[in-house]
Amino acid sequence: MTDLAQMTALEARDLLRQGEASSVELTQAVLDRILAHDNDIKAYLTLTPESALEQAASADRLRAGAEKPDDLPALLGIPLAIKDVICVEGVPTTCGSRMLENFCPPFSATVVEKLRQAGAVILGKTNTDEFAMGSSTENSAFFATHNPWDLSRVPGGSSGGSAAAVSAGLAFGALGSDTGGSVRQPASLCGVVGIKPTYGRVSRWGLVAFASSLDQIGCFARSVSDAALLLHTIAGYDPHDSTSVNAPVPDYTGALEGNIRGLRIGVPREYFLDGMQPDVELAIRAAISTMAGLGAKVVDVSLPHTSYALPVYYLVAPAEASANLARYDGMRYGLSLDSADLWDSYRQTRGQGFGAEVKRRIMLGTYALSAGYYDAYYRKASQVRTLIREDFDRVLGQCDVLMAPTTPTTAFRLGEKTSDPMQMYLQDVFTLALSLAGLPGISVPCGFDQTGLPIGLQIMGGAFDEVTVLRAAHAYESATGWHQHVPSLPRETRQEPGGENP
Amino acid sequence: MKLSLAQVEHVAQLARLTLSDQEKELFCEQLSSILEYAKHLQELDTSAIPPTATVLPLENVMRDDQIRLSLPLDDVLSNAPRTENDYFRVPVVLEGEG
Repeated sequence: MTDLAQMTALEARDLLRQGEASSVELTQAVLDRILAHDNDIKAYLTLTPESALEQAASADRLRAGAEKPDDLPALLGIPLAIKDVICVEGVPTTCGSRMLENFCPPFSATVVEKLRQAGAVILGKTNTDEFAMGSSTENSAFFATHNPWDLSRVPGGSSGGSAAAVSAGLAFGALGSDTGGSVRQPASLCGVVGIKPTYGRVSRWGLVAFASSLDQIGCFARSVSDAALLLHTIAGYDPHDSTSVNAPVPDYTGALEGNIRGLRIGVPREYFLDGMQPDVELAIRAAISTMAGLGAKVVDVSLPHTSYALPVYYLVAPAEASANLARYDGMRYGLSLDSADLWDSYRQTRGQGFGAEVKRRIMLGTYALSAGYYDAYYRKASQVRTLIREDFDRVLGQCDVLMAPTTPTTAFRLGEKTSDPMQMYLQDVFTLALSLAGLPGISVPCGFDQTGLPIGLQIMGGAFDEVTVLRAAHAYESATGWHQHVPSLPRETRQEPGGENP
Repeated sequence: MKLSLAQVEHVAQLARLTLSDQEKELFCEQLSSILEYAKHLQELDTSAIPPTATVLPLENVMRDDQIRLSLPLDDVLSNAPRTENDYFRVPVVLEGEG
């Protein structure tokens, strides 16, 4: 049997249902693994072991007393992790920032409430680039997270902690947030499944805002089936979030099965760039052949404005961020540096509370919105955003899904791109356009490069058509089984239980 | 086009950020190179293209006014740096009054 902690959530659920393991055992196995390996990986910012074990015990009691086991909540007793930009009542929510180092939210995000109602056990909060701004998790004010496949490399970002945790068996699944690729890119770099649903599919109540026309909560999982289950649990309209859409949520799990014969897959030629890593292109081309072998119809398509997504994103997202982050004024919560002068107090608090990347984006966004520059930068970017959306509308009229790489390279080394923001931004070149269009996308493992680092296949779909995206991903995963590979972690440094200092 | 030090200082003032001299230098360079990259957008004629502010056809959401419980006051104030009675305490905003 594989290590308990490395099963998929659905496999773990089967064990629980069959009475072969309790949720307390499952949770303890994951906590042990965190204790053994998270010193190296650093996926978690905050761990809540006592509360997790209490939730697990309560899940076990509910299961023991159930008359109809089939009616039990869908995630009963399954341990999960939450990115630290999503509020969990009474648990520090730092956003990876000194600004919120001591912030403890008085309420939980809707997605967290939904996970709790589904019986999930919450293990803790995972590391993130500060306010979700970054592609490597190195912008966390506290520490960088390491890629479980190679500890000298980044896990991607900004949801790097969640991706690394799921990859390393430190959680059965996790929530992240995706503004320009922050779920898909780390999923790709860590060899796990990551889905970003359509803008409006999932409530953002309790998600700390970065760029409000783009932010969307997504899920990390070890299989497409797990991702479907997690998404189904958190999706749906929420009166607390006026941008959540009041549309029925399909049964994603039920929609996975069935063949993909006749599925029209578009391959956008702009996603195969000169200079991208050859191993990545080979793996994606092979994945496309696999799909054709399963009966899909592969079509060459063009999204001509793809190369403009990067400049559009890096004007629109910072502009929105500069407005959203104006709330950190040191008056109601967060860091507050006292000064007799109000203006000086604002400037000091924000100057010291924010890290370099956050300041860079606030500056950029403020500039792009400022008098004299608004039309040339922000308005222009918003117009080109329309052209990017129209590209997708046109192509998704001819195809059911699009397939492309998630990232141009596999995981890069820690420190490799930190001194050059443009190089870091280029990591997101294949994920930004879909975010700007508000459409759903998934990254699924599709092989390894020559050094053994995972490669991710991105499958993109039409608005609110997560069903087709998931079904295509599931067909690919079932045909190849890449998701079953797990990283071999370095030997644990912790003493074995029963030693002198357990 | 390179941003001047004075421009960076002006933007920092608008954004209510203190920056060290080193940060100002760095941002002159880095913001300039990002804005230079953004120049590519000028290649496109967008004179007839409406801007996208949101991808959703958003409409006003109306509902009847209902009395509902809010968060308890203690919870609301639990993260406040300074409070006085049941209020957030802030520095003087308008001087010379009263």
